[in-house]
Amino acid sequence: MTPASGFGLTGVDFAYGETQALAGLDISLAPGRFYGIVGPNGCGKTTFLDLLTGGKSPDQGSVTFENRPVAEYRRRDLARMVALVPQDFGIDFAFTVQEVVLMGRHPHISRFASPGAEDWRQVDAAMEAIGISHFKDRFVNELSGGEKQRVVVARALAQQTPYLLFDEATSSLDVQYTMQIFNVAKKLVQEEDRTVIAVIHNLNLAAAYCDELIFMQKGTVAACGPTDTVLDPAMIKKVFGVESRVAFDEFSNTQQISFRYWS
Amino acid sequence: MRQSGYTIWLLTLSLAAATCGAIVYATGMGHIAVSGGDILRVIAARVTSNSALLAGIDPVFPFVVFDVRLPRILTATLVGGGLAMSGVIYQGILLNPLADPYTLGVSSGAAFGAALALLANLTMMGHFSVPLFAFGGAALTLLVVLYLSSFNGQISANTLILSGVIVGAILAAGISFLKYLADEQVSVIIFWLMGSFASRTWADVAVVAGAVLCGLVLSLFYARDLNILSLGSRSADTLGVESTRVRWILLLGASLVTAVCVSVSGIIGFIGLIVPHLMRFLVGPDNRKLLPVSILAGALLLLVADTVTRAVLPVEVPIGVLTALIGGPFFCVIFRRRQRRAI
Repeated sequence: MTPASGFGLTGVDFAYGETQALAGLDISLAPGRFYGIVGPNGCGKTTFLDLLTGGKSPDQGSVTFENRPVAEYRRRDLARMVALVPQDFGIDFAFTVQEVVLMGRHPHISRFASPGAEDWRQVDAAMEAIGISHFKDRFVNELSGGEKQRVVVARALAQQTPYLLFDEATSSLDVQYTMQIFNVAKKLVQEEDRTVIAVIHNLNLAAAYCDELIFMQKGTVAACGPTDTVLDPAMIKKVFGVESRVAFDEFSNTQQISFRYWS
Repeated sequence: MRQSGYTIWLLTLSLAAATCGAIVYATGMGHIAVSGGDILRVIAARVTSNSALLAGIDPVFPFVVFDVRLPRILTATLVGGGLAMSGVIYQGILLNPLADPYTLGVSSGAAFGAALALLANLTMMGHFSVPLFAFGGAALTLLVVLYLSSFNGQISANTLILSGVIVGAILAAGISFLKYLADEQVSVIIFWLMGSFASRTWADVAVVAGAVLCGLVLSLFYARDLNILSLGSRSADTLGVESTRVRWILLLGASLVTAVCVSVSGIIGFIGLIVPHLMRFLVGPDNRKLLPVSILAGALLLLVADTVTRAVLPVEVPIGVLTALIGGPFFCVIFRRRQRRAI
């Protein structure tokens, strides 16, 4: 079934040299949902996101966005629709936090124009939402890993795109910042009908926030569907190879997974 | 230390004014001293072809000013600006504050190409033979260095410098071999390699001016993309920058400018490293501000250095030797500071 809009991937293969990263991937992602991509390391999650942003092109098969091949979009046009928060963020130059967040407005500002009132408003709002306004004048190359990650999230928010992709965006963050970022993302989905597609390592975090879960295994989709239906011990056993229990947790008001850590 | 927008404008204007002033002042310096007023009159007379303006001026002055000193001074100024510009571009694209035409081996590649052209006495393309061969050498070297230091499309900062050094060493051996082959012509190559602006002509000025102007237009056009590229190509792509295309255009542009500069002046190291560094300290890393300021500062620095070797020192030290003597230790300091930060 072709979605009315959103992303559609059909028969997608992708290899790094000899190593097959994705094999025969078929999936469609509808707008207005919070998707979580889970799976063991090296199962092709990051490659999957890169196909959506057009950063990589499939060896076989097609990737479409709004019913048009991603490859046909100009980067600038795509950048107004899809933002990515990458996993790692290294920068050697002393740009200030505010300057980096303003770079999120790049696709909206024409080549020789200066940022306008709307651009600055979005930059301020993004920094406010992520709680980094108080260090907006610090240099990004002097920030800690976690602080940098929050700056990059703010940059993606300032981009004001209907689609937001997170590649392990909270991997080096403490729990309060992780919650802050996911709360902001959840609000965007619920109140502004935006779409979030996030690679998440922490299964409980995925269970708490995602409407839909995509289980990936060895370059293919093992399961995809509403979190309540696909999240079960059998699937976790199949994909991760560990025993677990999935149960409704009253305190967090969501499904949570417990693991048998040792016995 | 970082200056605000208004101060940066002021800095740019003062650098421009200082460079113009220094050009006139340096023209007056030398074995035959010429006053500033006489210099301006000679220039005005030549430009407007009005020889009445020359009344009362020593008849040797027009020759000294217009045919000997100005071409040399303007070439030095333009080369300084061009090398600083290439440095800014290389550093921005390669995400590496230590990259410059010299440390990347691009200068050596250009020198090898030019030495080849000099040795073979190639004149098939007239005045452009040496610059063209220099460009070929520079572009080829850059490709080899990038190939050596890349893995899976990623280029790491330190392997890049290492590759530059390795390729540079091989090219140095190649140049030595060319010198050996050159036999009696060897002095032409040696002198040229050490870097010198002596006996430059207006044709040199025109070639460098053309290259620097093209480079300037290109780099200012892509200056904002260059800022975004410093986030890495994956981020740049998703922010709407055609990173692969922009990278190639700017790399080729910077290599062309380097090659032309090297072809008229020989190897002049470290200008492309020191100047962007100092200027980034003052105006920050935004390339839209950094490029003009660095170009002007590079121009001024090389003009001063060339004037010092020409008119101040008792013997004329090759300019390339002078900049390496000053720039080398500077490079060590930056390198050391980066290591400490990395730990």
